[in-house]
Amino acid sequence: MEGERPAPRPRSAGLPAGGAGAESAGGGAPLPGSRGAPALLQAEVLDLDEDEDDLEVFSKDASLMDMNSFSPVMPTSPLSMINQIKFEDEPDLKDLFITVDEPESHVTTIETFITYRIITKTSRGEFDSSEFEVRRRYQDFLWLKGKLEEAHPTLIIPPLPEKFIVKGMVERFNDEFIETRRKALHKFLNRIADHPTLTFNEDFKVFLTAQAWELSSHKKQGPGLLSRMGQTVRAVASSMRGVKNRPEEFMDMHNFIETFSQKINLIDKISQRIYKEEKEYFDEMKEYGPIHILWSASEEDLVDTLKGVAGCIDKCSKATEKRMYGLSEALLPVVHEYVLYSEMLMGVMKRRDQIQTELDSKVEALTYKKADTDLLKEEIGKLEDKVECANNALKADWERWKENMQNDIKSAFTDMAEENINYYEQCLAIWESFLTSQTDLHLEEASEDKS
Amino acid sequence: MEQAPADRERQLQPAPLEPLGIPDSGLEAAFEEEAEGPQEEGTRDGTMTENNFWLKKMEISVSEAEKRTGRNAMNMQETYTAYLIETRSVEHIDGQSVLTDSLWRRYSEFELLRNYLLVYYPHIVVPPLPEKRAEFVWHKLSADNMDPDFVERRRIGLENFLLRVASHPILCRDKIFYLFLTQEGNWKETVNETGFQLKADSRLKALNATFRVKNPDKRFTELKHYSDELQSVISHLLRVRARVADRLYGVYKVHGNYGRVFSEWSAIEKEMGDGLQSAGHHMDVYAASIDDILEDEEHYADQLKEYLFYAEALRAVCRKHELMQYDLEMAAQDLASKKQQCEELATGTVRTFSLKGMTTKLFGQETPEQREARIKVLEEQINEGEQQLKSKNLEGREFVKNAWADIERFKEQKNHDLKEALISYAVMQISMCKKGIQVWTNAKECFSKM
Repeated sequence: MEGERPAPRPRSAGLPAGGAGAESAGGGAPLPGSRGAPALLQAEVLDLDEDEDDLEVFSKDASLMDMNSFSPVMPTSPLSMINQIKFEDEPDLKDLFITVDEPESHVTTIETFITYRIITKTSRGEFDSSEFEVRRRYQDFLWLKGKLEEAHPTLIIPPLPEKFIVKGMVERFNDEFIETRRKALHKFLNRIADHPTLTFNEDFKVFLTAQAWELSSHKKQGPGLLSRMGQTVRAVASSMRGVKNRPEEFMDMHNFIETFSQKINLIDKISQRIYKEEKEYFDEMKEYGPIHILWSASEEDLVDTLKGVAGCIDKCSKATEKRMYGLSEALLPVVHEYVLYSEMLMGVMKRRDQIQTELDSKVEALTYKKADTDLLKEEIGKLEDKVECANNALKADWERWKENMQNDIKSAFTDMAEENINYYEQCLAIWESFLTSQTDLHLEEASEDKS
Repeated sequence: MEQAPADRERQLQPAPLEPLGIPDSGLEAAFEEEAEGPQEEGTRDGTMTENNFWLKKMEISVSEAEKRTGRNAMNMQETYTAYLIETRSVEHIDGQSVLTDSLWRRYSEFELLRNYLLVYYPHIVVPPLPEKRAEFVWHKLSADNMDPDFVERRRIGLENFLLRVASHPILCRDKIFYLFLTQEGNWKETVNETGFQLKADSRLKALNATFRVKNPDKRFTELKHYSDELQSVISHLLRVRARVADRLYGVYKVHGNYGRVFSEWSAIEKEMGDGLQSAGHHMDVYAASIDDILEDEEHYADQLKEYLFYAEALRAVCRKHELMQYDLEMAAQDLASKKQQCEELATGTVRTFSLKGMTTKLFGQETPEQREARIKVLEEQINEGEQQLKSKNLEGREFVKNAWADIERFKEQKNHDLKEALISYAVMQISMCKKGIQVWTNAKECFSKM
């Protein structure tokens, strides 16, 4: 292939190449990432992108970004550093493709759980291989989310689907529930992959590539339970004190999130309700058509007309089914994701407030204490930097999130409108063709009578 | 007095059809004018305007409905609805209509008229009245008789009834019908004076005949089956339609909530705000559109309901036939047994058991004079019986002939009307789809501008 970028350098096997179906780590093999991703070829033209693959470049300011992170230093490239401030999405440069599929049930003596297969295809150098296949369960996703939140307290981490849905759950793992969850998990991972910062998170990489036992041991690293608990206690305590000096832009953000959360929840309820009503409409329609057929058995002269009407009703009900399906694919998951996002955002706001509170309390302490002022001042200095970084990170991510939200919502509702238009157009054609056939017959009969 | 068995058989079978004759209604032909369909509420046409023999045309309409309070027969206060019936005669030349009569009637008077027609025209499939109480309602629709929508639909139904009667070649000439349209006061008394209630066949007699009749005309038996099927299938259809309407209503109305929420949301959005707001407006339009759509469908349901009730009218004609046939069979049976008795008395043989025979055995034979007397009486009775049988037979054949003619007329009307109704249903669906496309296209545009 012309213009193909060079294969990633083979690395010593620190981690074995993951899963079946992983291509050889050696050179020469065509990159799976480049199939169907013509953008990669484009990317070559821009010299800048050479660096994305280069793991070796660490940002000096990395320590500032990972305030509470105990995970290994996050590798960043100069380009992604720039992205962290501007967060320009460059979908053309996508080099990480993730799919979540094949839910499987596992039964042990203690419990039953579902694992999902995760296939990752990438051309990035920092990955040992270009293709990985692993199995993960919901708990693992939770862990990943927790780690990401730890590492980036003021970034907007994509939401996970709920743990369980309380109402109407007879069987914990019915097919519909699993499928909805699978799609949401797929979205979750892809959103992380698309995020300019999160995509390079080390825990993320481990999640995608490590075998089960490797993941377990990796999970055990990091802060112990006690220190995590300590953090939580501090967080709760500070949130209870409240934030006095929340800057105006974050006030605006807070207010927006509150209203948005309200509205998106309502829209979620409305959309679910519409789906339910459509389903019940569809169920009734199933009985409606056949009655006309039954009737036609006793009416010699109306057989054509009655059968015609029955046929139209049946076809329209199929169109209804299609519309329902479209709704459940295009609209419901998107709206629901943003319901979860709005909860996330509240959490992000709280964490930002908490960081600021830390600073504020130290400043307050300074005005009262006279001893240890130097130490305090040093701490305050660090905290001020921390607050600034956190605020900047949030601001930038907020803009990015808002833009994404607008696009997603716009897209979802446009699709919904499209589904409805298709539905009505189909039904229109069905009934019009029936009408034409009836009037044609009528004309035929009329001319027969005359002759 | 031998009776050939074949003869007896023939007498019990209904006669084959012969050319149409006018039945004996016992009343003068009412008025010479022929009625024509109305120009308003154009749901009915076609069959109405077919009988166009007369120069002077009549237009009948039930133009208004009014709530009234009054005192009923037990001097208790009651609320009822009165309907204004207007009759216009249309001068042939210049087409201008002149109001000739206008009076108010309530539903019970319509019922009285119909019951009268049922008694005096048992061979006619008498048009049905609109339902007394709202049935097959879906949740939004009120089951209350005083509800304005129900009253309106009933007004249309009553007008339809009058038009059907007026365009019927036989019923339109009835005097009581004419008076119903023209004589406000005293009409009830006039109807009751005809004594039609006494002439009515008792339900019990009719039921009895249905079970016991041996040789009804097969066509009537088939017609009975048909009317049962028609009733059952239309009921079923109306029930399911009501449920479908309910669901459809739900789908549309929930979309209305989008309108409100979008509007509230648009307040916090800068770029998306306008798009959201205007899309929300279209969602409101969509939600509101279902009211008219279902209103139209209700008219369609009413058209089907008319034929649901017609099924009962068909059955009434069948019942009358069974009654007459049973009557005939009983009369023939009675005659046959009398003849047999006579024969036995004459010849002295006792073939069948009779009380007379038994008592004769127990208490001794009767004298020849007594026997002669009895034979004479029997012979008279037999004569009478034969006359009666002849006229009943004739009646029966006339009935079958005329009834079947009206049934054929009815069948054609039914086929035409039901086909039209089904086609109008398709037209309604098409209109609904077009509206849907319109609204969602507008909404899509708003969404894409967000």
